[in-house]
Amino acid sequence: MRESLGNWTKSGSPWIWLNAGAVAISVIMVIGLLALIAVRGLGHFWPASIMEADVRELNGNSFHLVGEKVETVSVPVEQIRAAGIEIDTDQELVDRHLIKIGNRDVHGTDFRWVLEDFIEEVRYPENLIAVERHEWGNFYGYLLALKEKDKTVAVQAAGENSIWPEFKKRVDRAVEIHDEIYQIEKHEIGRINYAIERLRLKERRLEIDGENTPENLAELNAERSVLNAEYEVLQQQLADLYTAANRDSFVARAMNGQEIEVSLSKVVRVYQPNRMDILDKMGFYSAKLWEFASDDPREANTEGGIFPAIFGTVMMVLLMSVLVTPFGVIAAVYLREYAKQGFTTRMIRIAVNNLAGVPSVVYGVFGLGFFIYFLGGNIDQLFFPEALPAPTFGTPGLMWASLTLALLTVPVVIVATEEGLARIPRSVREGSLALGATKAETLWRVVLPMASPAMMTGVILAVARAAGEVAPLMLVGVVKLAPSLPLDGNYPFIHLDQKFMHLGFHIYDVGFQSPNVEAARPLVYATALLLVIVIALLNFSAVAIRNHLREKYKSLEM
Amino acid sequence: MEAQAENKVTEAPVATGAQTQDPANNATGSSMTDTQNVTGSQGKPAAHETKSHSIDISSMNRGEGSSLSLEQETTCLDVRNMDLFYGEKQALFDVNMTIPKQRVTAFIGPSGCGKSTLLRSLNRMNDLVDGCRITGEINMEGQNIYQKNVDVAELRRRVGMVFQKPNPFPKSIYENVAYGLRIQGINKKRTLDEAVEWALRSAALWDEVKDRLHESALGMSGGQQQRLVIARTIAVKPEVLLLDEPASALDPISTLKIEELIYELKDKFTIAIVTHNMQQAARVSDYTAFMYMGNLIEFGNTDMLFTNPKEKKTEDYITGRYG
Repeated sequence: MRESLGNWTKSGSPWIWLNAGAVAISVIMVIGLLALIAVRGLGHFWPASIMEADVRELNGNSFHLVGEKVETVSVPVEQIRAAGIEIDTDQELVDRHLIKIGNRDVHGTDFRWVLEDFIEEVRYPENLIAVERHEWGNFYGYLLALKEKDKTVAVQAAGENSIWPEFKKRVDRAVEIHDEIYQIEKHEIGRINYAIERLRLKERRLEIDGENTPENLAELNAERSVLNAEYEVLQQQLADLYTAANRDSFVARAMNGQEIEVSLSKVVRVYQPNRMDILDKMGFYSAKLWEFASDDPREANTEGGIFPAIFGTVMMVLLMSVLVTPFGVIAAVYLREYAKQGFTTRMIRIAVNNLAGVPSVVYGVFGLGFFIYFLGGNIDQLFFPEALPAPTFGTPGLMWASLTLALLTVPVVIVATEEGLARIPRSVREGSLALGATKAETLWRVVLPMASPAMMTGVILAVARAAGEVAPLMLVGVVKLAPSLPLDGNYPFIHLDQKFMHLGFHIYDVGFQSPNVEAARPLVYATALLLVIVIALLNFSAVAIRNHLREKYKSLEM
Repeated sequence: MEAQAENKVTEAPVATGAQTQDPANNATGSSMTDTQNVTGSQGKPAAHETKSHSIDISSMNRGEGSSLSLEQETTCLDVRNMDLFYGEKQALFDVNMTIPKQRVTAFIGPSGCGKSTLLRSLNRMNDLVDGCRITGEINMEGQNIYQKNVDVAELRRRVGMVFQKPNPFPKSIYENVAYGLRIQGINKKRTLDEAVEWALRSAALWDEVKDRLHESALGMSGGQQQRLVIARTIAVKPEVLLLDEPASALDPISTLKIEELIYELKDKFTIAIVTHNMQQAARVSDYTAFMYMGNLIEFGNTDMLFTNPKEKKTEDYITGRYG
């Protein structure tokens, strides 16, 4: 037995098992992580059935419960008793359900824990409606009446569903109007505001330069009055639209029997989950998923979408790559090709490698202190004196965030590029030089193209690191909610000075800074999943580019 | 063994004289058998073949016989009192030689004797080596190429070089050949097309690649790649072609083709070739330089050097005593 064990060891099998085991564990962990965030995150958008039940507690309290069951946990009975709740059971564990009751305007909270033992008569009435609103969260209850300009136009009893089609129609109309209002407010009025602000800065500029002659000012005023006239028109349009949007309202009964009236202008969508079949639900699910990926956030980021965060992340990473690649490559070319190899270059290499190990938040502090306050402050003094004391570049923004991350990732690009340059066979360089090419020509025409896959490897690593970074960004430009995207139709189209949203920070914000923890939790998972997907996509595209380059400049080994 | 070698030597002039009629044809026919001989003798231990390293000059079918002499040649490159140091170590000792115009000059000698170093200093490739230092001068058309004001890139255009291992660029065949011209700023398609075709024809490669000019050069065989590199080098019309063991990484057939090519090219270019293969040196060269331990031991007419070396070291080397 001992001998065979010895042989087994000698054969190398234990090593193979160990290695394979390590790989298997890694793969399982990755899959487990992805599965966890996918299940938790994606499940959130499924339209759960609304349950109705009576809850009778032992102390005599009883109430009527309407809501979605979100999760169920097993809790030790002792813990429940310790919390002062009477319970009559001989089991050690009891189930406790978390019910999303919505109607924050009525109850003050969206969620409620209910013990399984107290629930009686669970039913799923088809006529229950769910209303997603722009504020106060979801509403669950029975539709009673529709009103138009405070006049009731349709009524039904609590159990009926006769006015649902009419309700749906009016909601669609209200949503359409809301979209129109959104368009005008966000884009057209946004454009006018932007233009007026530019005019104000222009005027201030003229003042500073001492060129505020009456002619110049008159010209500005003429432009301004044109914009103001446009604004008046839009304002009028908006007022009309608001009146139209506020025309309709509905009356519904909440779970505690209270009847509340809600204006249709506050409604995002209405649905009857208990009446939906699987196809309806799937359609609803895709719509919600699309909303999540393409819409602006609502309600302190706990509802709506995260499109600005996706956009901000991608934009920042792309900008970072654009900044870091030339910088890192040029530095690596000098270090490897031109600098005299010796003590100094060795020290520089060590320094560069150490730079890669500096905690990222330190870069954030550096970015804030150097880039924003020093560089940005001076840029403001020199180029944007008209806006002072309001800072233009002297405040956290997209450019500084990208620059900080570029600094954070430049060691990776330098090291990868140097490796790539070192791997180019000497014979190829000599071949080029022997044809009468200078060193620079050789570099530019032969060496750099051949080293480009290595550079892309560096960029891939840089992207992977930068996209997942959050800590430094909190100091140099990321905000909880950015009013507009850093890329829009207003000249100069890319607004590098603007603050932006970021998926990583969004996770932190929603998960830990949200006033509504229960509502936010599934979004944390969903956002995390999306962040992973975005990073994977960024990486895959970089890998695809690299593979293409590799194919093109296949190594010369014969 | 010595007796046999001498025996061959005495036979040599007769054989050479007898076969001067059709040099090109004969060269083709017999270099094939030679190549086979070479591979045969390299494959087996020397002990079994007593005459293994001595050169049977009679079988070389050299067209021009032994009538060549350095005095009658036009000088292309003139190396004067050259010493070369790698850091502290001296690699070349007081080399003096002239490389004649439009002839093939071969450098032979044991590994590490400095023949590649000497070749590389002819177009200043040694400049790329850290700590390489040269004294003395190399004159090309009366100008010392090591003078400060010499444009190295221009020098290297005039003195092209082909290396031991084929080193095509990872570009298309066409772009490989056009590379040197593009470097000179020639981008006119017509000019490039003509130059590429001329170079590929001169390198006897045109017929093999004319249908795939725009495919990657890396897909070619080793022999084709080496001829491509030669084409690339002659495309810029250099005056001198330096070949640093151009066939050592190739199979016998490819080696044969390269040798034929050298024979073809010597009308247009001055060629200097470093080779480990003495048969090859004897076959392709007009003049041969034997180097040993950084010294130029003997330099002269190839036939004379192989049949009647003046120096003992040369004789020892070509008869296989060491090396």
